[in-house]
Amino acid sequence: MAHEETVYDALANAADDHGHWAFGTGFDDPLAGVDTTVPEGVDPADLGTYCLMLGDDALVLAQRLTQWVTASPELEEEVAVANVALDLLGQARLLLARAGSTGVLGRSRSQATDSIPDEDALAYFRDPDEFRNTGLVEAPGGDFGRTVVRLLVASTVRLALFARLRGSRDPVLAAIAAKGVHELTYHRDHAARWVLRLGDGTAESHRRAQEGVDAVWPLLADVLTPTDVEQRLVDAGVAVDPAGLREEVEGVLTTVLERATLTVPAWPAATAPRGRSGQHGPELAELVAEMQSLARQHPAATW
Amino acid sequence: MSAPTLDRPAAGTPDEAALQAQFDATIAAGHRIEPRDWMPEGYRKTLIRQIAQHAHSEIIGMQPEGDWLLAAPSLRRKAILLAKVQDEAGHGMYLYSAAETLGADRADLTDKLIERRQKYSSIFNYPTLTYADVGVIGWLVDGAAICNQVPLCRSSYGPYARAMIRICKEESFHQRQGYELLMTMMRGTPEQRAMVQDAVDRWWWPSLMMFGPPDDDSPNSAQSMAWGIKRHSNDELRQRFVDMTVPQAEALGVTLPDPDLAWDEAAGHWRSGAIDWDEFKRVVSGSGPMNDVRIARRRAARDDNAWVTEAANAYATKHSAEHGGRAA
Repeated sequence: MAHEETVYDALANAADDHGHWAFGTGFDDPLAGVDTTVPEGVDPADLGTYCLMLGDDALVLAQRLTQWVTASPELEEEVAVANVALDLLGQARLLLARAGSTGVLGRSRSQATDSIPDEDALAYFRDPDEFRNTGLVEAPGGDFGRTVVRLLVASTVRLALFARLRGSRDPVLAAIAAKGVHELTYHRDHAARWVLRLGDGTAESHRRAQEGVDAVWPLLADVLTPTDVEQRLVDAGVAVDPAGLREEVEGVLTTVLERATLTVPAWPAATAPRGRSGQHGPELAELVAEMQSLARQHPAATW
Repeated sequence: MSAPTLDRPAAGTPDEAALQAQFDATIAAGHRIEPRDWMPEGYRKTLIRQIAQHAHSEIIGMQPEGDWLLAAPSLRRKAILLAKVQDEAGHGMYLYSAAETLGADRADLTDKLIERRQKYSSIFNYPTLTYADVGVIGWLVDGAAICNQVPLCRSSYGPYARAMIRICKEESFHQRQGYELLMTMMRGTPEQRAMVQDAVDRWWWPSLMMFGPPDDDSPNSAQSMAWGIKRHSNDELRQRFVDMTVPQAEALGVTLPDPDLAWDEAAGHWRSGAIDWDEFKRVVSGSGPMNDVRIARRRAARDDNAWVTEAANAYATKHSAEHGGRAA
């Protein structure tokens, strides 16, 4: 009886908003109260572009994973996939807000009304060729097998990168990385467990998992070559050199795939970075168009 | 549904009469029935039906709002909506677990949903046409759900009551988030205000129908009240919702689409106009605008991923055998 009354009281006092979510997430002002001064000797435009690279990877992969919500094999997986997407969305918000604080907003800022925060100006008012994500995250997810293989590869790369980024000279990036490492460790573990089950499950699941591996592997070529921006920031002690991640990434992926009885393809030849330079396939244009449709339809609105 | 496995004496024996007396005394004292307790078969079946219908509603209810996840108009709104849809999956899980304590099986209940042998709340058979629908679902649909569900925190069946306590806390937060979205939109552009009013116009009557048929046309209610599975009549709960919502609509600045809505000074209640029960029956019986789409998506999630479930089972069997465990 007492409980029933308490719940009604809480509803009557809707302004007193101390409720919380089941899975605990803060939603407002990702960088509120954080000192966003750019470290000395660092080009703000480079730092902003680097934040876009890491932020766009998270945003695009979150969008891909969200396509599985209401389409997953099990309810437990609905919860897990939403959880991973929510973590990545949180990382994207922090990184896009950090990018905004360095003044790289450019055209997107002038297209959005003043009341729209920087993170949304960047997510909703850039064109696809202004996105800096790699080809690894923008490729369509395919079936559940390819989805978990891609998640394994992407979270292995990102975890290796974030673990090193904790030592960045930019304290904001270092803090974002420190928080992200915990999340990415879970993402990688979750994906690895699925790759084991599928690789070592039935003949059908083995076939599909191997197809996923074969489809995702070539995308690694776009991940580990630094752009000029990254190279300058590596020299300044701010960014992580993606070329230096290969040993860890290859080691982890080989271990998981072998345990899953899957064949590890040859490591792809390095190419000049495409996604980081704004070169994307038509799939990204579609993903971005869907994500931005409502916000662009009402550019003067606040949500 | 697999048959309950609890041992119980044959019907009509003196033992059963004693068990029934003990059950009745537990209910009368306002105490809870727990999974290992004896319970009448009708009580068990009614609870399974009610809990399964509630679980299905949570899972199907992910879809109307889920349709806006990819196009949510800000990253903050996307995060709020994703967390809410995730909560609904979690609610479905608690409820299916509660049903399993009664001898039901989750996969079997899902099959019954897909084969349309069990129902879900017909509110989810309406489409979400604009982003204001996301806010209105939070405000009205979750608001109505809370009115229905808060009394169930005192349900006579322990696992259901405990699941409802957690669910109600989360639902009340969803309701506030929905209302906050609508408040923000009402302070926005004229187009946004029009979207909110249009969404209220479309969702108000279906929300009132969420409480079920009127009391004089609700055949199972009396037995459910006697069993402590239901605590208030449909019309009482509907009235509570209307009284709670009218002042909120005023504060929001929207008009509820009911010209007959009027304050009854003597009774101290808001009186609404007549509900179109023919529409309710049409939608419940499967002819709502989105029934086929909702079931088709649930079916696709099961069938397109059947190979994943088979792989997970095969892997578990293989590896439990390796470790000397008993194969499933």
